[in-house]
Amino acid sequence: MGAQLRELRRRIRSTESMKKITKAQELIAASRIIKAQQRADAAKPYSQALVRALEAAAARSNLDHHLLEGTGTPVRSAMLVVTSDRGFAGAYSAGVIRQAEALTGLLHEQGQEVRPYVVGKKGVNWYRFRNREMYGEYVDFSGNPSYTDARRIADDLLEAINTPADEGGVDEIHVVSTHFKNMVSQEVRARRLFPIVVEDVPEPVHHVEAGAPAGADDASAAGGPTPTSPAEDETLPLYEFEPSAEEVLDALLPQYAGNLVYTTLLDAAASEWAARRRAMKSATDNAGEMQETLTRESNQARQAEITQEISEIVGGANALAAAGSE
Amino acid sequence: MAGELNVEVVAADRKVWSGVATLVVAKTTEGEIGIMAGHEPVLGLLATGVVTVRTTDGETVRAAVDRGFLSVSENHVAVLAEVAQLADEIDTASVESELAAAGDDQAAGRWAQARLQVAGAK
Repeated sequence: MGAQLRELRRRIRSTESMKKITKAQELIAASRIIKAQQRADAAKPYSQALVRALEAAAARSNLDHHLLEGTGTPVRSAMLVVTSDRGFAGAYSAGVIRQAEALTGLLHEQGQEVRPYVVGKKGVNWYRFRNREMYGEYVDFSGNPSYTDARRIADDLLEAINTPADEGGVDEIHVVSTHFKNMVSQEVRARRLFPIVVEDVPEPVHHVEAGAPAGADDASAAGGPTPTSPAEDETLPLYEFEPSAEEVLDALLPQYAGNLVYTTLLDAAASEWAARRRAMKSATDNAGEMQETLTRESNQARQAEITQEISEIVGGANALAAAGSE
Repeated sequence: MAGELNVEVVAADRKVWSGVATLVVAKTTEGEIGIMAGHEPVLGLLATGVVTVRTTDGETVRAAVDRGFLSVSENHVAVLAEVAQLADEIDTASVESELAAAGDDQAAGRWAQARLQVAGAK
């Protein structure tokens, strides 16, 4: 066999095995998307009840909580950047980082100092490579976040915002993450978590279920009651608070922060797997295409080899015949 | 009064239990509170401890909750906690070792004790 043909066959084989790997990755990613979505659904009853309770408590207390209202001109912001731990996910992390850079620029223009808190190895490496200081690094869970992870991040962020700005604390908390719209489309979003505007409280939480058709209802299939979701114009019952509206609010806000971070992480995890599935699908397609091209080239090489051999034989026979007739 | 309560016990990442009950007993930061049908709307912070639900079938469901709160309105009771575990989800041995490891950490100790209490009452 000719050297060229041998080389082509080897490349076809290696492309074949690459294709198998990316195909497997694609299937894994597809199943992980579903898992991440199920976990987001499971977290919904808590979010909804928490938001209702928070609304009730906020309506009754005097609202001068520093997590609800800003303190004049903010001088410093914390920015939570949610990237992935692993690659093979196309532009997933790059998109988030680009958005984070844009937000950083915007905040700098407003005269704010920005403190990055980074989730995911890709983001951490990006910041480290540029020698930028990070105030929090959270790795090894981006594809499958647990509530404990979210709690840890939320506690760090709350500690920063609970410290007065002149003692090195932050005034605002922003988050840059990817929102899972559907299987084919995810969107990088920059949002402000705190201080929150009370009227907008439901918005950041409900964004997770936007577009999902009332998926929370199937959870109560076991004969249990469906939680009555509050209608738009429903007035809240006049709650009795224990110990007091202010103390309830004080306790609920950190829980709310934990819940926000948790839903954000789950949303980002679903997006990450969707991005990975798409990247792996196009890698598989490309490998298939390459295989086809290489097969064609190798057929051509084989044919050329045969043609050459035939012409050599014919040439040799002719030469012998010519020598014999002399 | 044979009223019924719709009860949900929800943790941050899942729904732990839901069903119909006649009585819910929980411990708020102010003290024990018992809720039956027709109770006035309440929003209370729960102390780390045990929530007991008496179902309409006469069964008793116990759950250990940590960092939670309770909301009652219109015969709907929601027990929300960052962490909540039912009796049969608790691994007594590992909780006991956690309790031993907790040492001076009071929050961790209380949480471990609450779970042991739930598991023990089974």
